[in-house]
This record gives sequence, C-alpha cells and structure tokens, in this order.
Amino acid sequence: MAYSEKVIDHYSNPRNIGTLDKSSSKVGTGLVGAPECGDVMRLQIEVDETTGKISDAKFKTFGCGSAIASSSLATEWLKGKSIEDAMNIDNMDIVEELALPPVKIHCSVLAEDAIKAAINDYRVKNGLPPIEKL
Amino acid sequence: MLKLPIYLDNNATTPIDPRVLEAMMPYFTTHFGNAASRSHSFGWSAEEAVDYAREQIAALIGANPKEIIFTSGATEADNLAIKGVFEMYAQKGKHIITLNTEHKAVLDTCKHVEKLGAEVTYLSVKEDGLVDLAELEAAMRPDTILVSIMYGNNEIGVVQPIKEISAIAHKHGALFMTDGTQAVGKIPVDVNVDGIDLMSFSAHKMYGPKGVGALYVRRKGPRVKVTAQMDGGGHERGMRSGTLNVPGIVGFGKACEVARLDMEEDTKRIIALRNKLENELLTVEEAYLNGSKEHRLPHVANISFKYVEGEGLMMGVKDIAVSSGSACTSASLEPSYVLKNLGLDDELAHSSLRFGLSRFTTEEEVDYAINHVKEAVEKLREMSPLWEMFKEGIDLKSIEWAEH
Repeated sequence: MAYSEKVIDHYSNPRNIGTLDKSSSKVGTGLVGAPECGDVMRLQIEVDETTGKISDAKFKTFGCGSAIASSSLATEWLKGKSIEDAMNIDNMDIVEELALPPVKIHCSVLAEDAIKAAINDYRVKNGLPPIEKL
Repeated sequence: MLKLPIYLDNNATTPIDPRVLEAMMPYFTTHFGNAASRSHSFGWSAEEAVDYAREQIAALIGANPKEIIFTSGATEADNLAIKGVFEMYAQKGKHIITLNTEHKAVLDTCKHVEKLGAEVTYLSVKEDGLVDLAELEAAMRPDTILVSIMYGNNEIGVVQPIKEISAIAHKHGALFMTDGTQAVGKIPVDVNVDGIDLMSFSAHKMYGPKGVGALYVRRKGPRVKVTAQMDGGGHERGMRSGTLNVPGIVGFGKACEVARLDMEEDTKRIIALRNKLENELLTVEEAYLNGSKEHRLPHVANISFKYVEGEGLMMGVKDIAVSSGSACTSASLEPSYVLKNLGLDDELAHSSLRFGLSRFTTEEEVDYAINHVKEAVEKLREMSPLWEMFKEGIDLKSIEWAEH
C-alpha cells in the first residue's frame, strides 16, 4: 500500500515522542489498543493549571505507519488547545489531514480514543467526572 | 555499486535468470507454434521444445518426463491434485489430511472439497513448525485417500520430514501429495526417494517465469490418476486441457536445469549469507527466529523483533523489500496464521519480518540489510510504549488491554 506524503513525513519525523510524568496531577495519560491487534498508542497531555490549556503533549505508539502518524499529528494538534477543543477532535479530521485509506481508518479512531482517554485521566485525577464528547 | 532497494522477498517470487530468459526468447518470436499442431514444422518445433523442457524438469526431481503435467502455476497444480484426487478416488474414501500451516492454495482447496462432501483433518504443527508424526499416524483412517503436506513452508521455510510422512501415508493406503513450490530447485527433491505421488511446483520461485508450473503425477507404483478440472482439447494426457505456454515451459525447463547444475554451489553461498544475516539480526535484544532452525530451506529467515510492529517496521526498512506476518488493516487485524499456528503470541506474530535470499543476493546487500534493519528496530522501539514498559519491567500480560 502506498502511504501519503503526510503519513511518511510524520513517520520519518515524528513530533513529540516521549514520556511525561504520569504521576503528576497536571498530566493525563491515555493508553489504548492492544498488542494482539498490532496497535498500542500511549498519548499524554500536560495541562497548564492557570490557562486550562494543554501546554505539552507526548506520544509513543506500537503500530503501523498510519498509527504512528495519527498519534504524532494528534500531539501536534493538542498543544495549545483547551480541554473542550481537544475533546472535539474527530477521527475524520485525522483521516482527512493524513489522507488515510479506508483500511487505516481504525488508526485515526484509536488516536481519537487516546485523546479522550488522556483527557479523562486528567479529569479524574483532578476530581472531575469523565466526560463524553462535548 | 549497491543498488537500492534490495530485493529480499524471494519467497514471493524470484527474478528471472538471464540464462532462462535467453532460452525463452526464440519461442516468443520465430518458434511461436502451438505445441499441439501436428501438421507443420511450427508445431513440431514447439512440441520438441516442450518435450525437452519436460525432460529438464523431470531430471530435477527424479521423475519420468511423462509424469509432468503443465499448469499455470502451483496454485492450479494444488487445485488439480486435491480436487482431482477427491473426485477420482471418491469411491475409495473421502478423508484428506493436511496441515494448518499449508499455503492457502491447499487450505482453501480443502475447504472447497469439504463442501463437496470430503472430510478434512487439519493437523496442528509443533512449536518449530514441524508435523508431529505420531499425530499424523493417529489421524490416518481406513478411508483416508490423500495426505497433503508441504515440502518447505513459504513463511518460515521449515522443511517437513517428507520421507517419514509419505511412509505413513502409504502404510495406510493413502496417496501422498506435497506442495513443493518453495523447495524444488532449492534443496534436493526426488519423488522416488521421498515417496511422493503428487507434487505441485512453480517456475517463478526458482528464477523462471511467472504463469507456469507443474503437477507431478506418479505413473508407476501406484499409477495415480486425477480427474481433470479443465475440460477441452485433452492436453497433458487428458489431465489439463489448454494450449501449452511454450515460452513459459521452455523457461521453466531451463530454470530446472540451472537449478540442478548449480544447486550445490548456490546453496553453499546462500546459506552462508542467510546465516550471517540471521546471526547478526538475532544479536538484537528480544529478537527471535520463527520455526525450526535446523530443518529449514537455505534461503529463508523469519525473525520477530518484539515490541515493534511488522508493518511499521517494513515502512522503516524501505531500502529493502521484505514481507511481514503482520496485517494491520481494518479488514483483518489478524497476523499471519502460520505464525499463530506455531503457538506464537499475537504480538510476536505482528512483529515478524521474512527475509528470502536468492542466488543473486550479494554480501554487500546483506551487510546493508543488517544495519538498515537494526537501525529501524531501534528507532521504532524508541517510540514504542511496549518497549518502554518492557524496559521498566512491566509484564504486558498484566495489563488489561482494550481490544479493538
């Protein structure tokens, strides 16, 4: 299968690989997927308590090029966003931006799930109820 | 000069040998006759070329030229063998035994004859990919008509104990068929020594052209018959109608001749290169060889790099052409059934690469591939959450994964 230029770019130069301190109350961690399925994404956000905006985002992904690119793109988009705006990132936005073929749509779904899981982890840590899409 | 990308997917197909191409050329141009035309020299020269190729092919596998039935490839030969035996011997029985690591051309054909009333036993293999002979023996029934077990596996290169298997089949009055696609031309195969009654094989896996293959059908001790699956002019002793692919057959013959004459030397060289590739790559932490190390085709190595995903890895090794046991598509999140049937964890099956060398592979290419793969594995592990967890000593099995 031929990959789009944007997928190749994110795969070759992934943005924001790394690990944030998951014990910090400012950090939310989302771990989604399963090794058996060939896709595991871990996405982390750090929230600036004064502005309520996402100040940093990191990822690590076990998966194909499209899965890596989807999570890399997600971290790029998350930085500077409010929690509310981040919650509204839709997997189809990722599909469109990366020109993912139909067989790779699940990679974008996983990235969206990872964003939501990270946000909810942050909320629960800070005594807030987990939320569904706003 | 090293030319990129480097082709290391020779289990999928091989490049055509220049000697083979040269032999074929006249049969596209001046000698274009139909081998079935009996009334003029165009037909005679085509028929002569086909007869000669049949001899070259038979010589490679220790057969009589009359026992070679030309087909479009190994898939058709597998179909002809299994469907043809099932139809021909239906009165004798309806039980067939095969392995769950066979090629789809065998497995799906078995599924097909099941719908027509056959009973098929799909034996599991041992961890190293080899058949358990005691299990095979136990599975034999009075109504078993056919045992179909491949010679060498296309994904892991494991070579089955063919002599022992055929002896068991014959002891119980069944025919023995083998898919020899990956083995013929690579290792010595002799239908008499090995006790083979039917064998499918193909030209393009041994430096010949695509679109031509053969089914070996034993004529003596026992005389094996298969019901034709293609009706028409009664070519190939009535077993496979259709105008013969003369240039393809000429190339197939030449490829067999070259394989017979060069096998010993080619194998020595290829094994040395394969072992170098394999030994170097197995120095990578958490890298594992899949399938039996000893009982294996000389040109194949299937290696899992734990905690990196195969498809992502293939993208990282874009300078080499290899294949992966991982299939990360929404249609199929299932990794290779062959690797799974060895009992591999899904995650290891997802992390595999198959390397297939050829007589044209050079040491320079192997050296390049080693470094290229090592670098890609390292890079992907840097971004793998599983690798990080492994390094922190977290047992991945203790985590509740959200399967999707």
